[in-house]
Amino acid sequence: MMILIPTWDTFLQAVANGLTLGSLYALVAIGYTMVYGILRLINFAHGDIFMMSMYFAFYMISIFYLPWYVAFLIVIVATGLLGILIERAAYKPLREAPRISLLISSIGVSFLLENFAVVAFSGIQRQYPSIPFFQNVISLGSVRVQRLSIFVPIIMAVLVVGLLFLVNYTKTGMAMRAASRDFETAKVMGININRVISMTFLIGSVLAAVGAMMWGMKYPQIQPYVGVMPGLKCFIAAVIGGIGNIKGAVIGALILGMLEILITLFFPGLSGYKDAIAFIALIVILLVRPTGLLGEKQAEKV
Amino acid sequence: MSVLKTENATMRFGGVVAVENLNLQLEKGEIVAIIGPNGAGKTTAFNMITGVYTPTEGKIFVAAKEDEETLIDITGRRPDRITSLGIARTFQNIRLFGQMTVLENVLLASHLRLKSKFFGAVIGWPHYHKEEKQMRIHAMELLERVGLAEFWDEQATSLPYGKQRRLEIARALATEPSILLLDEPAAGMNPKETLELTEFVRNIRDEFQLSILLIEHHMQIVMDISDRIYVLDFGKTIASGTPAEIQANERVIDAYLGVADDD
Repeated sequence: MMILIPTWDTFLQAVANGLTLGSLYALVAIGYTMVYGILRLINFAHGDIFMMSMYFAFYMISIFYLPWYVAFLIVIVATGLLGILIERAAYKPLREAPRISLLISSIGVSFLLENFAVVAFSGIQRQYPSIPFFQNVISLGSVRVQRLSIFVPIIMAVLVVGLLFLVNYTKTGMAMRAASRDFETAKVMGININRVISMTFLIGSVLAAVGAMMWGMKYPQIQPYVGVMPGLKCFIAAVIGGIGNIKGAVIGALILGMLEILITLFFPGLSGYKDAIAFIALIVILLVRPTGLLGEKQAEKV
Repeated sequence: MSVLKTENATMRFGGVVAVENLNLQLEKGEIVAIIGPNGAGKTTAFNMITGVYTPTEGKIFVAAKEDEETLIDITGRRPDRITSLGIARTFQNIRLFGQMTVLENVLLASHLRLKSKFFGAVIGWPHYHKEEKQMRIHAMELLERVGLAEFWDEQATSLPYGKQRRLEIARALATEPSILLLDEPAAGMNPKETLELTEFVRNIRDEFQLSILLIEHHMQIVMDISDRIYVLDFGKTIASGTPAEIQANERVIDAYLGVADDD
């Protein structure tokens, strides 16, 4: 197999791309990991929430001609509400049901959203609106990147720091941590579990919305199944980092993003297998360290 | 004047009747024990009262905090609502939040008494900070009270067993209850801690004006501490009365105290 030795500039360019891609994965992966932490549910609908966000943005900007910052605000609110709505409609009635029922319900929601998108937005591929503010190219020394590549990691970092603060130092965060350890005791300690769960879905969906809006600028073709592959990869990122752990999800996502870009850089012959890299990484991590990089040993809930 | 009352509370799991027609009353300021062999339905009774289970039949009432004459029907209400009405509990198998510090465990339980809402915390209103600070002071006072103040920053599960039990009590007190349910508070305690427990429970009752319902297997504690005792066996209430009456009751001796094997 051919190994391509890139020039220093190409390498830096790739690192910047990997960082951007990893940051986008991180924003979505957090949603998986937080929901898993609280409900022990892999929310397969999360990738489709991501897809809906992209359509919301498309409609707000390309059809209603709203300025992008207004549109983004609306998209964030709408996606957050969608996340809460899905939880209320599809997961809340199953609170006492076995975990597998929740999982099946989440697959159902995923199909529902995809097919709803086909009916409502049609299956035709659409072009995500271009937003010059983010997409203009700037040069940093000899590396030329879109402004987006700088913004995405910064936005991601700010949001993650904010989230960690929320989880570790506020009452709501404390309630979330308590609920993720022991649902029943948290309830008896006076915590309104439904509010905590809604809050979790709100945060996860809002972060996915931010990810989706930037994803659209980088990969501008949208169609109803656009969320499937990023959804799976971000789920893998969460597993690599140790599902249930927010920092883990971010680290897993950054590793995955870097890995994808750098492997295709060094082995151009493998670029056809780009999407397979994530799944190979999943198999490797499950064999070597099933609890993920930052995952703790699973203590069985009594 | 009753602060807690169950009326024919019954809990079935499929064909199994875990608790049958439980008629329990707890008067203000009383310490009442529930005893019975393993599997008698004691913890199930606690779970019904705290809303973890909804009774299959029967009703549960609790006296309103502001007006103790009014009884509120809490049957089947959500556990967090019941807690906010003033019922707190500890668990038989200690259920602290292991990843949190001692102080955080207590703070968490005072969550529901906090007036500021989520957005207040995000925006950081001055009154939020003030309230937060007061809560920390209050939590530290509670830890002080149960003798755990020096361990405030340790991980909850790193404490020895007896201290974990006291932390669970501090956490329950942080919800500002008027009724405290203790599920086997002496389990796992060493003899010295067990001796201190009676005194400790009485003291917190007086200090926090509690009415206490407890499950306990340690007969010496039960007899010392209780004003009245209910005896359950296979879900049925087979006796109730003062410690002296219970000790003299034939059915109880047969079912539980089990000294009648000299034939």
